[in-house]
Amino acid sequence: MEILLEQVLNGVAIGSLYGLMTLGLTLVYGILRILHIAHAAVYTAGAYLGLWTFQWSGSLLLGAIVAMAGCSALGVGIERLVYFPLLRYPPFVPLIASIAVLLGTEEVCRLLFGPYILAFPAKVPLPSISLGNLVVSAPLLAVYIVTAAILLALWYIVARTRLGLAMRAVAQSRPMADALGIDTHRIITITFVLGSSIAALAGILVGIYYNQVYPTMGAVPAYKTLAIIVVGGLGNIQGSVIASLLVGMAETLLIGFANIPLPRDALAFMAMIAVLLWRAEGLFRSR
Amino acid sequence: MSGYLVTVATVIAIQAIAACGLNVIVGFAGQISLGHAAFMAMGAYTTAMLCTKVGLGFWSALPLVILVSGAMGILLGLPSLRVRDDFLAITTIGINFIVEAVFLYTPFFGGALGISGIPRISFLGEPLKGVGFLGLCTGFLALVMFFCWWFVRTFAGLACFALREEEAAASSIGISPVRFKLMAFTLGTVMAGLSGALYAHYMRMINATDFGFPHSVMMLCIVVLGGMGTLWGPVLGAAVLGSLPEIFRPLVDYRMLLYTALLLFMIRFQPGGLLGEASVARGVIRRIWRISPQGVRG
Repeated sequence: MEILLEQVLNGVAIGSLYGLMTLGLTLVYGILRILHIAHAAVYTAGAYLGLWTFQWSGSLLLGAIVAMAGCSALGVGIERLVYFPLLRYPPFVPLIASIAVLLGTEEVCRLLFGPYILAFPAKVPLPSISLGNLVVSAPLLAVYIVTAAILLALWYIVARTRLGLAMRAVAQSRPMADALGIDTHRIITITFVLGSSIAALAGILVGIYYNQVYPTMGAVPAYKTLAIIVVGGLGNIQGSVIASLLVGMAETLLIGFANIPLPRDALAFMAMIAVLLWRAEGLFRSR
Repeated sequence: MSGYLVTVATVIAIQAIAACGLNVIVGFAGQISLGHAAFMAMGAYTTAMLCTKVGLGFWSALPLVILVSGAMGILLGLPSLRVRDDFLAITTIGINFIVEAVFLYTPFFGGALGISGIPRISFLGEPLKGVGFLGLCTGFLALVMFFCWWFVRTFAGLACFALREEEAAASSIGISPVRFKLMAFTLGTVMAGLSGALYAHYMRMINATDFGFPHSVMMLCIVVLGGMGTLWGPVLGAAVLGSLPEIFRPLVDYRMLLYTALLLFMIRFQPGGLLGEASVARGVIRRIWRISPQGVRG
């Protein structure tokens, strides 16, 4: 029973981390209709920036701030220099450009920080809670708290502010939003800043949670998060969060108990294909 | 020719065969596929199993390779082609990951060790290697290219073009989207299977990770870079992307970075591909020969 509970806690944590990674992807897809695979590059850069600042200053908070700022710049740079000029081409042209950005960023990280796995020796300023035999470690608690805070903040921004209203309008129809006097390019930039900042935090959290930062840490999430956003209904924010939690739980529980002989990374894709065969628009219809 | 050049050229020819197949799917029928390497894996594993376990030769295994990769193309194409554009892209990524996982985790297919000891192809009683094998691959490439050249002149080819340009309009004049998309998909997977089989006999040992998702990305890059929907595009793309890493080899550590930077640069400034409609190269060729472009796009 305790093992089951522990697995559930871990599953929720992994699902939360997937959720943080998919948020940016969903926001960008909703607004530009681009599969932003380079989002995983932003996330890797966030982990490295956070780690580098932390090593040099000893402050996790400063690390998070630097990583968010750096990743926002990277995200907006990708949008301005790569995606925007390619928007009028078929969708796989920006897709390939995006993959090239991901591979290039991995190479830059490898050249700058070396090909090895770096430890992220940060102490999270949180207590670890023990309930009987069950221990919720500090990194686990940090994952829960940060995810909950980000989800709440994002929900507030998207659902309750003028900015969120403008974002939803641009996602619905960019030409129409333009015609109504919304500065759509500014909204797109803000979307990339939001998504990339969340990815930076996700990178730091993953680094602390697994105590690992390495150049290709974005490779598997890059494609797995694609499967997750499809399960959640492309462009649907709530759907992608729920799908992330489901996939995180399913991975942990199925690998932990059912002992199936397939690798966990193929699991998300199988779930995706099953969902697609049953409902071609994903579990939750997008808008 | 030195052995080194023959090796590079052979790999390019094998890649080009698969790229021609992907070009039928992406360039002719307008359906994105990011799982092409999965079908190469099927061809490679079919011939590897038949040659090492059953004891067949390449030539007797070849019809079965074509049959298996075609059948798998139909089987996986049917559900995939229910979805469109971005969904299709992600579905094919999924197929790639699942197929790789199945080969990697099934002991019957050699598991993580893959299959080794695949015999050389014999031709007129002589085992082919070096220049001879290159000749065989080039021959198959010529055959595949001739097929593509012929295919775009048939009704089925024109139907694929119509579906690529405007699916609703095409189906309103009686062109069945499912039928012709599936046909293009299956033709493409057969060519991928052929390429995979040649690869297996060339390397003489295969592993599921050779056919992972990065390889599919590479395939799509070849097709897009060369010029989708053109006859020579995939071959040119394979030659460029196959030789660049070799040219950059002296740069050691910076090789991959430069390679991705160049890829990004080319896709950013020539999104239609090197031989595409509006490309610089096509403009130059047109000016030199002063002929109207008789590309496949017609």
